[in-house]
Amino acid sequence: MATRDQVATAEAGTDLSLEVPPELSGKQGEGSDGASPWRLAGRRLKRNKTALAFGALFLVLVGVCLAAPLYAEHVANRTPEDQPASDETVPDNGEEVLVVGLDGIPIGPTWEKEYFLGADSSGRDVAVRLLYGGRNSLLIGTFAALGTILLGMALGILSGYFRGWTDGVISRIMDVIWSFPVILLGIALGTALALGGLDLRDFSFGLIPITIAGDSLAIPILIIAVVYIPYLARPIRGQVLALREKEFVEAARAQGMGSFRIMFSEILPNIVTTLIVFFPLLIANAILLEAALSFLGAGVRAPNPSWGTMINDGVDRIVTAPTLAIVPGAMLVLTVLALNVFGDGVRDALDPRAKVRIDH
Amino acid sequence: MARFVARRLVSMVFVMFAVSVLTFLIFNVIPNGDPAVRMAGKQPTEEQIEEIREEWGFDEPVYEQYVVTMRKLFTGDMISYFTQLDVVDEIIKGIPRTLSLAIGAAIIWMFFGVGLGLFTAMRAGKVSDTLLTVLALIGISMPVFWVGALMNHYLGFELGIFPNGGYVEFSESPVDWAYHLILPWTALSILFIGVYSRVLRSNVLDTLNEDYVRTARAKGLSERRVLLHHVLRNSLIPVVTLWGLDFAVVIGGGAILTETVFGLQGVGQYAADAIGQLDVPPILAVTMFGAFFVVFVNALVDIAYAALDPRIRLESDSASA
Repeated sequence: MATRDQVATAEAGTDLSLEVPPELSGKQGEGSDGASPWRLAGRRLKRNKTALAFGALFLVLVGVCLAAPLYAEHVANRTPEDQPASDETVPDNGEEVLVVGLDGIPIGPTWEKEYFLGADSSGRDVAVRLLYGGRNSLLIGTFAALGTILLGMALGILSGYFRGWTDGVISRIMDVIWSFPVILLGIALGTALALGGLDLRDFSFGLIPITIAGDSLAIPILIIAVVYIPYLARPIRGQVLALREKEFVEAARAQGMGSFRIMFSEILPNIVTTLIVFFPLLIANAILLEAALSFLGAGVRAPNPSWGTMINDGVDRIVTAPTLAIVPGAMLVLTVLALNVFGDGVRDALDPRAKVRIDH
Repeated sequence: MARFVARRLVSMVFVMFAVSVLTFLIFNVIPNGDPAVRMAGKQPTEEQIEEIREEWGFDEPVYEQYVVTMRKLFTGDMISYFTQLDVVDEIIKGIPRTLSLAIGAAIIWMFFGVGLGLFTAMRAGKVSDTLLTVLALIGISMPVFWVGALMNHYLGFELGIFPNGGYVEFSESPVDWAYHLILPWTALSILFIGVYSRVLRSNVLDTLNEDYVRTARAKGLSERRVLLHHVLRNSLIPVVTLWGLDFAVVIGGGAILTETVFGLQGVGQYAADAIGQLDVPPILAVTMFGAFFVVFVNALVDIAYAALDPRIRLESDSASA
């Protein structure tokens, strides 16, 4: 068993992971010491300082957003929903200033503990909402990307392995989802599910007694996960179509291994590189799509903050308080950029020929 | 060729049918709760809901409901219960604006995407390549509604260089039309310029290693001729395909964010404005027609491709035989 797995991994190495331009691998003296493809990829990634720096930046951003409750409680003294009394003042440059001025213009960045980045039009602390909103955006992005990976992987493997009518049905469904502009499908699902939510009993013959409310974060997660499935399932299917003809799969079949066992222990290890390459880039796109849906009102629902809803609020008041739009957008761009640069680095290290394309 | 076209068109019709079924399911079957209430928008009265249930056949079996929905869509008998306006009329009103946005932006992003891609490929590994590649990455990381809003505010409102939103008919004044569209075109193009320059750069770098490029150089052709006639021409093929498809997606609903931010009142914004009211019929119609359009252009691109490259139609002919 162990030896067969090693053979499978070695196959994966030659097929998918080791397609490094010869001049590159030659120069670095790679592969000569018999290191595993994973270790080689790790070394290549380690040399890519830019990618690593941006990967670290992403982790820092995640850490900061996860610390939102600490910041809210111990520094800003406010929850993301707290609205001040109309005559409440806070220190700004040594003066006491109204949080929302008499002219309705909220306070700008004070650079102090309270209202570090100023207040929004309802007098809520922008910095606190930025971190809580980031938590929601990152949560949705990560879980949606995980959902896409799991579903896309399962559908891609099934249709590539069984071919025939299984492949026909799955591929046609993928074609149909693919036909919709991503944002439009997201909006359609977002508005349709906004009112009543989703009753999973309808889809599981009553076996899963869960109802997802229309304003739950699970709705955007589910929507985004579904919308991106074809972008992953299609390349996976192509790889599995080639892999199933390989000798090691044939050997497994000849030894009487069942189809699902082959898919899990022979095929899956060989497509893991693709899944890893897609993961950071999928998170980046999921975060962008979440922001777009929330911006249009078909994603995260008020008063729950997300970067998309905050940009929406900010754009409405861009003339009097442009920081309200600039700040959440800048955080969003920084996060997505970090993921894109890091994701590019991961791709170059693992599978430089991979053609990854995800629409917006 | 005729056989290929016929088969491609038949498969197009099937995909369109499947698209219509999926759209129908998304709005009328998948969500939890009463479809009549959902269709009625915010705060409907009991009678309105009853009327809608009757009209859309929500008491009938599902296939009956599908037929009713499709009939409403194609006979122009679908109204928004929030505005009481005919949905298809409103969509047709928005088409020239959406087209104006998409055509201009597509030209801009193709021109700059290809230019930037070629330039960075020529300078691969140099400082200018690194800088521009980073710029392209920043471009694909920025949400269009954010960039658009900032451009509109700073360049349009604060500095007053460009008009702050609004739209002028092309027939009224072509110059004003373009002047009002410069900012939306730019905002929409940024993402695609980033994507296209990256795709073209890697295509050019791949093509440079081809034998026929070496042959061309060995023949003593000038570097300029080799680049433009041998390398660029072959690297462009996948980009042109991409262009056709992206153009279709932008018209089919992809421009919704740009239209909304700049207040262009196109088809996309019509759907976007309906979201806040949970006014379902406009969104249903735009989703359905948008996806139809994308499927249609996909078929056209395939046919054009087959006309240009006989290998494709021969391959698929023998595959089906």
